[in-house]
Amino acid sequence: MKALLFERKVAKYAAAAVAGRFVPGKGAAVGPISLQDIDQPELPASGWVRVRPRLSGICGSDLATIDGHSSRYFEPIVSFPFVPGHEVVGDLDDGTRVVLVPILTCVPRGIDPPCAQCTGGQPNGCERVAFGHIEPGLQTGFCESTGGGWSTAFAAHESQLIKAPDDLSDEAAVMVEPAACAIHAAGLAKNGRSIVVLGAGTIGQLTIAALRHLGYEGSLTATARHPHQRDLALQLGADRVAAPTELSRVVRAQEHAMVVGDQLTAGVSDVLDCIGSAESIEQGLRVLEPGGHHRLVGMPGVTSLDLTPVWHRELHIGGSYAYTPTDFAAAVELVRTADLGRLVTATYPLARYREAIDHAANAGTRGAVKIAFDLRNEKERNR
Amino acid sequence: MPRPGFVLDVDRSTPPILFWAGEGFRLERLPAERSRVIYPPEPLDPLPHPEAAIRHALLNPLGDSKPLPELLFPGMRLTIAFDDISLPLPPMQRPDVRQRVIEAVLDMAAEAGVDDVHLIAALALHRRMTEPELRHAVGDRVYDAFAPTGHLYNMDAEDTDNMAYLGSTEQGEEVEIVRRAAESDLLVYVNINLVAMDGGWKSTATGLASYRSLRHHHNVRTLQHSRSLMDRHKSALHTSNWRMGKVITDAGVKIFQIETTLNTDTFPPPFDFLMKREWEWSAKDRALFLGSSKSLARAPSRLARQIFHSIKAPHAMASVQAGEVDAVHEETIRNVHRQQLVEVEGQTDVLTMGLPYICPYNVNSIMNPILVMCLGLGYFFNLYRNKPLVREGGVLIMSHPTPWEFHPVHHPSYIDFFEQVLAETTDPLRIEAEFEKSYAEDEWYRHLYRTSYAYHGVHPFYMWYWGAHALQHLGRVIIVGGEPRAVRRLGFMAASTMNDALEMASDVVGHSPTITHLHAPPLLLADVQ
Repeated sequence: MKALLFERKVAKYAAAAVAGRFVPGKGAAVGPISLQDIDQPELPASGWVRVRPRLSGICGSDLATIDGHSSRYFEPIVSFPFVPGHEVVGDLDDGTRVVLVPILTCVPRGIDPPCAQCTGGQPNGCERVAFGHIEPGLQTGFCESTGGGWSTAFAAHESQLIKAPDDLSDEAAVMVEPAACAIHAAGLAKNGRSIVVLGAGTIGQLTIAALRHLGYEGSLTATARHPHQRDLALQLGADRVAAPTELSRVVRAQEHAMVVGDQLTAGVSDVLDCIGSAESIEQGLRVLEPGGHHRLVGMPGVTSLDLTPVWHRELHIGGSYAYTPTDFAAAVELVRTADLGRLVTATYPLARYREAIDHAANAGTRGAVKIAFDLRNEKERNR
Repeated sequence: MPRPGFVLDVDRSTPPILFWAGEGFRLERLPAERSRVIYPPEPLDPLPHPEAAIRHALLNPLGDSKPLPELLFPGMRLTIAFDDISLPLPPMQRPDVRQRVIEAVLDMAAEAGVDDVHLIAALALHRRMTEPELRHAVGDRVYDAFAPTGHLYNMDAEDTDNMAYLGSTEQGEEVEIVRRAAESDLLVYVNINLVAMDGGWKSTATGLASYRSLRHHHNVRTLQHSRSLMDRHKSALHTSNWRMGKVITDAGVKIFQIETTLNTDTFPPPFDFLMKREWEWSAKDRALFLGSSKSLARAPSRLARQIFHSIKAPHAMASVQAGEVDAVHEETIRNVHRQQLVEVEGQTDVLTMGLPYICPYNVNSIMNPILVMCLGLGYFFNLYRNKPLVREGGVLIMSHPTPWEFHPVHHPSYIDFFEQVLAETTDPLRIEAEFEKSYAEDEWYRHLYRTSYAYHGVHPFYMWYWGAHALQHLGRVIIVGGEPRAVRRLGFMAASTMNDALEMASDVVGHSPTITHLHAPPLLLADVQ
């Protein structure tokens, strides 16, 4: 079958890291990812089924991997070679259309009894992502055993699948997984007094929509670089959108803060950082009120950071990873009510993967939001 | 003998007309047979002996005031307040008229044995003046004698301990001015009356006042009923200031008002061709126009700004009068009219104007879009008596590049006003109701006003209200050459050429509208019959 395969090739990974630093998405051309004919993954155990993707999204974490920006933290919790792709709507062999819940927790790994996190309804904190009867991998799309969505078929455990509601188009259904991430992040901050969402890519936009979906009525400021991002953020519920360089000024005026150096004396209670860079973290820390929370929603990497304000102003830096089953259910509703299928701007066949990745890596400048692979017309899928 | 202003009817032989456009100019050919151009009077002859004229005014006061020397005595508290950097425009060549007047007052004070003297820059809510700006206004001798000991300073309207509440008018308008001025034995106010709006009770009741006081007349309702701001008897703003003047008088504040008028000698060589009528341009003038236009167009905006802001006007004092406020101001207004008044027959469908690089609030600074609005709709539109130059529902066309650019030190609250308030609405009443208070009371803006060189947080609101009467009156506003994004934010339309602008105006005023061009600066005041 056709699949985009990511292999452990140190030299190519280094080349991707260099190329990706200069031109976002360029890692696809020189890095260790390539379109190959490979065998379909075997079903690891009973309870596993074959999924034939219809649409499979390209996520920021995929791009970071392709461009060689990912942290070495992931090394023990991914297994090579793997087929990326974890935002998936696909078909089962019986024709049922399903949405993938990609996190690989105790249940699909056959670990019994499950870990405390899984038992406690927080499978995103699963303590066993490197164990069990499949290879390490925090999610489908980073695990050798399962394959991933950027192919014509992969393996998924029944517990990882939810039936796609008939009223959701494929474009809407492929947004459910990232929307669940946003619901989870928004849930952590929804009781905040005032919130800043940094970044207006897919996750940033979804997080804005999720906050309003969860009933957050407070002040919501977003940052966006591009006009279409700004317009969409306002549509989805931001009260105001600032250019990244203008954020401090806008928050200062909003919160009537004073300014000391480049730090506001007062600020917002919560920052949801949908970028995850050193710059975005520093920016978030500058606009938080004492005791405020900076939550990393976008995947960060190795960063160098001045933590003095965290100490002095008793700030909190935390993460927001994936989702719980409850979040996933809420995400379906969010996608439906906010019509989030419209965020899928362009789709590509696997053969044009370099263009697709380039488009996704430069989505902002090219007026796009979500880019996905369209597998519906792949010949071998329909044999 | 200087020639009076006049109105030129444009015909086919009329050469293209000069339009200011920020730090540049353009020549525009106006449609023949239905266009006219209002030219300002030529500069009046300067007073031949300004020092003697000042001394004469101080010794022969108007109204019921005694001569200044009789008001001075040993042991008294004397305060001299003077107009700030917003006057005159452009800043005048040394010696500034304020320096001449203040030196004369100080000489008399010294002769009388007065040694408790404070000199206060009457900023109200304007930005503080820098040391070079103060030196330019009062002269080095005065600055060096008073500033180092803390006796010459910028007022601080947010220093509540040093502001004095004097009471309220019958309309409930609170009057609060600088305590030192209010509690002195004599307040001498040194004014420059560049336009008819300046001076009178506005000097003290506005120039030395706090937000608490100013909000009673710097508001939308008052500005919409000031028709015009340049006609004090038909200006609600001035009526309010005059009511406050009564409160100040009743509180026992003794004022000796000194008002000066300047002639309209506005631009020195090589820019003096800007004051000439186009058909009188010499070959040298045409060469200068071409050369300066082309080089300014090529120059980075920062350099062009530097060039223009280095211009010091050769303004000369045309009159000086001193004494009791009302009597002085009546004479001052007569002298302003003598210099600036031009009789104009009837209104027009389309009023055009070229906006220069400077207005009262961007001396040594950037003319941001809000100031473009204020200069066009607040100041130039109001350069009339009786009736506006343009008919109700007519169109105003201004030329200015209107860049989306702000001086971060001078105009911090303007940036937020532009980004936050105007993004929501351009309706002055909504702006006043929903946003003014939070900006006026914002601690950071207060801090910057008091310690840096920032206009007060509420100041951009006043700029917007200044244009409230014009916004109500006009059917459309078009800015030729304006940055489209910034112009749209102002709620106006951007045109790339004058022809495009006239085409856009035709939706409102038809295809053959009458057009009147206000050929300023130099400044004029249209007396519309």
